[in-house]
Amino acid sequence: MIKTINLTLKIWRQETSGAKGQLETYHASNISTDMSFLEMIDTINEQLTLDGKDPIAFDHDCREGICGMCGAVVNGRPHGPEKGTTLCQLHMRHFSDGDTVVVEPWRSRAFPVIKDLAVDRSAMDQIIQAGGYISVNTGGAPEANTIPIPQDTAEMAMDAAACIGCGACVASCPNASAMLFTGAKISHLALLPQGKPEAARRALAMVSKMDGLGFGNCTNERECEAECPKEISITNIARLNREFIKAGFFSSIM
Amino acid sequence: MQLDTKIPGGPLTEKWDRHRFELKLVNPANKRKFDVIVVGTGLAGGSASASLAELGYNVKTFCIQDSPRRAHSIAAQGGINAAKNYKNEGDSIWRLFYDTIKGGDFRAREANVYRLAQVSNNIIDQCVAQGVPFARDYGGLLANRSFGGAQVARTFYARGQTGQQLLLGAYSALMRQVADGQVTLFPRRELLDIVVVNGQARGIVARNLVTGEIETHSAHAVVLSTGGYGNIYFLSTNAMGCNVSAIFKAYKKGAGFANPCFTQIHPTCVPVHGTYQSKLTLMSESLRNDGRVWVPKNPGDKRPPRQIPESERDYYLERKYPSFGNLVPRDVASRNSKHQCDQGKGVGDTGLAVFLDFADAIKCDGKDLIEQKYGNLFSMYEKITAEDPYETPMMIYPAVHYTMGGLYVDYNLMSTIDGLFVLGEANFSDHGANRLGASALMQGLADGYFIIPYTIGGYLAGTPLSEINTSHQAFVDTALIAKERISKLLSVNGNRTVDYYHRKLGLIMWEYCGMTRNDHGLVTARKMIQELREEFWENVIVPGINLNFNQSLERAGRVADFLEFGELMIIDALARKESCGCHFNEAFQTEENEAKRDDDHFKYVATWEFKGDELEPVLHKEQLAFENVELTQRSYK
Repeated sequence: MIKTINLTLKIWRQETSGAKGQLETYHASNISTDMSFLEMIDTINEQLTLDGKDPIAFDHDCREGICGMCGAVVNGRPHGPEKGTTLCQLHMRHFSDGDTVVVEPWRSRAFPVIKDLAVDRSAMDQIIQAGGYISVNTGGAPEANTIPIPQDTAEMAMDAAACIGCGACVASCPNASAMLFTGAKISHLALLPQGKPEAARRALAMVSKMDGLGFGNCTNERECEAECPKEISITNIARLNREFIKAGFFSSIM
Repeated sequence: MQLDTKIPGGPLTEKWDRHRFELKLVNPANKRKFDVIVVGTGLAGGSASASLAELGYNVKTFCIQDSPRRAHSIAAQGGINAAKNYKNEGDSIWRLFYDTIKGGDFRAREANVYRLAQVSNNIIDQCVAQGVPFARDYGGLLANRSFGGAQVARTFYARGQTGQQLLLGAYSALMRQVADGQVTLFPRRELLDIVVVNGQARGIVARNLVTGEIETHSAHAVVLSTGGYGNIYFLSTNAMGCNVSAIFKAYKKGAGFANPCFTQIHPTCVPVHGTYQSKLTLMSESLRNDGRVWVPKNPGDKRPPRQIPESERDYYLERKYPSFGNLVPRDVASRNSKHQCDQGKGVGDTGLAVFLDFADAIKCDGKDLIEQKYGNLFSMYEKITAEDPYETPMMIYPAVHYTMGGLYVDYNLMSTIDGLFVLGEANFSDHGANRLGASALMQGLADGYFIIPYTIGGYLAGTPLSEINTSHQAFVDTALIAKERISKLLSVNGNRTVDYYHRKLGLIMWEYCGMTRNDHGLVTARKMIQELREEFWENVIVPGINLNFNQSLERAGRVADFLEFGELMIIDALARKESCGCHFNEAFQTEENEAKRDDDHFKYVATWEFKGDELEPVLHKEQLAFENVELTQRSYK
C-alpha cells in the first residue's frame, strides 16, 4: 500500500554567507508519501552525492519536532503547510503528485545564510543572554515545594516555555520581528513567582537587545502565531508589552 | 592501565559527605586562574558549564549544534526521578538507590548510585528555582507520576517535554554565565581529538563546522559530556548528530571504555516503515500503563486488527507475566516483541510490529480520560503514521534508545586519563546493564550540577599542572593528525555514500548485537564490520572541501569512528559469557527465557584499553562489591 509521488522542487542554493544565491530545480521521483520532508531531501542528497554534485545543506537534528534545529520556508510558509508541525514532522502525504514545491531558508536580516537552507540564528541566543533566565546559582535553591504555584499559572508558564527557538516566527513576520520568541520567554518567567524579582530588568534588557540585533517591531500581523510549530499564542506578545511598559513606567530600573 | 575507583571508605550513606570534606578546595581567588573545557551542552554539559562558571572557573563550552539549547536531552519525554516522597508512599533515598541497582541487574557501582539518589532531591529544588514549569496539583504543589513500572510515584514531569524544560533551565543558567563573560561559547564545533600532555588532558582539537577551520584550545582540565552512541545502529531514537567520536577518540588516547555492549532497546517506538527512513520515534512508555500488547495467535494472520476475534489474539505479556503484565521492564518487553515477530506473528506491512491496543481502556475509562492522559502522544503517532489510535490499535516495535556503556570513570567522574572528566550518558557509571525510566535526566543533572563542581576542584587543587598553551608541540601534532584524516576522507572519492555504509553497519549491529546475541552471530558480525570498514576507506564518496560548511564530511568522520567502535562493542559482548539486563546472550537464559546472570564470574565492569589499531584491546576488570543490597534474580512473573 505504499504510495509514491513525483515532485518538482525549486530549492535555494547559496555557496557561502557572502555569495549570491539562486533557486535551482530538482526532480524528485518515487517519493513515498510516508517519508518526512527531510527524508525527501535526504533522498535528493544521496543522488546528488552519487552524481558528484554538492548536496543541499540544511540544519536538522532530533527529527521529532522538539530540538528546533530544522526549518525552511516551503511554498512561502515556514515549516510548510501543516499547522503546528515542524519541517521534520511534515510528511509527504500532504503533497500531491506533480506538485512544484519552493524551498527557501529563513528570511531575516538577523539570520544570515550560512549555506543553502542553513542560517545563523545566534541572535536568538543573544536575546536570552540579555536576561532570559532567573539568577540563581547552583546549590542555593530552597526546598522545591516552598512556593506553591497555582496550577493554571504553571500551565500558562508551560504554554509559553514550550517554544523551541526555531525562528519560524521571525521568518513568517513581514517585519522579521522576534517578539513572539522574546515574549514567550518573558511570559514564562514573569508568570512564575521565582521570576518576579528580575521581571522589570529582564523585560527592558531583552527588548533592548532584540531591537539592537536588527529584528523588526510587531504590527499585529499574527503570522507568527499561525506558523509557530508549537502554537505559541500572541497573548505572550501582549504580556511582553505589559511587562515592558510596567518596567518603563513603574520600576526604578531605567 | 590501573583501575582505581577512589570510592571513599565508611558506610554507604556517609561516603559522599566524607569525600566532599576530604577533597581539596581551590581558593576562591585562584579559581579564575583555571581554564576548563566542557564539550557538549546537554543536561550534563550545560549544567556543568554553568555551575563551574558560577564558581569562578574560566569555562570554554563547545557544542555541535547551532545553539546549546538543542542538545538531544531536549527530546526526553517522560520525566525525572527524585526521592522526595511527596506522595507519602514510603519512598526514600535508599529505595531509589535500591531500585536503580536492581533495575541495572546488579552491574552498577553501589557508591555512585547511592550518591545519585542522594542528590536527586537537590536537582528538583534547583530546577524549580530556575523556573522549570513542572506539572502541579490543584493545590499548587508539585505533581508526581509513576513511571517505568516503579511501585512509587517519584517522577516529576513537565507534560511530555520534561527533557526540554530541564535543558532550557540549564541553558538559561549557561546563558547567564555567557553574558557575565565567565563562559566562552563555541557553537557549531565538533571535537576531533583530545590533547594529552604528560599524561594529563590539557585541551582539544575541534573543527569549526561553518568555516572548516581546525582549532586548538588549551585548558587545565577537559570535561566530556557528549552523550551516547546509539546511532551506531543508524536507526535509533537518537538525534541525527549523536555520535561516539568524542569518547572514542578519548579511548584511543588512553581512556578505558567500560561495558560498551550495554545498549538499551526501548519497547514502544513507531515501527520502521521504509528503507529511506532516517530515524525512529519513541512513544513514551507511559502508554503501557493503559495499552494492551497483543499479536494474532496464528502466524501470518493479516486481517485488520478489529476483525481478529478475542479468541484468536495472544496478549502474550499478560499471559507470560501475570503479575506485571504489560508493565514488565523495558528489556523484557522488547525481547518478547522480537520473539513474537520471529515466529511470524508480527503485524503491519513489514511484519515487524506488535499491537498496543487502547480499546479496553477507552471502553472502561472513556475516550476523554485517555485523551487527557495520552492526547499528545496519540496525535504524534497519527502525524507519523496517518492512523488514528483511538480507532485502531497502535503498532509498536523496539528501537535503540540509550547506551549504558561509556568511558570508565572513578568516583570523581574522572576517566583513566588524568584531568579528563566524563559526565552523563557518555560515562558508564550509574545504570549498570539496564537503565530505569526517568533516570537519565537525573544522572545528567546530578553529574553536572552537584558532582563535577566538587570533584574537579579536588583535582585542580591537588595536581601539579605545568603552564602550557596551544603552541605546545602536542597541540600541533594532534591537529596535524586530525587534518590528515580529513584529507584522507575527502580523497577516497569512491562511489558509495556515507549513509550507505552507516545503514549497512546499523543492520549488522541490529541483527547480531541487538536485543539478543549469540557467540556465532557476534563472531560473524565482527568479520562483516572489518570488511565493511575496509570497503568504506576504499569506496566512500565525500563531496566538497574541508574549508566550508560540509555536512557530508561531518557524517563521514562519525561513521568512520562507528565502523571501528562497532568491533569493540562486539568484543565486549563476546567476552561477557552471561546475560544481564539488556545484554542477552541466548546461551545464558533461565528456563523461562529470562536473562541469567553469572555473578561468580562476571560481577565486574568490563573496561577496555586501546592498544593500537591492529591489536586486540585489553580487558581490565573492576570487581563490583555489593555490601548493601542482596543479589537476586529479577522476576516479573
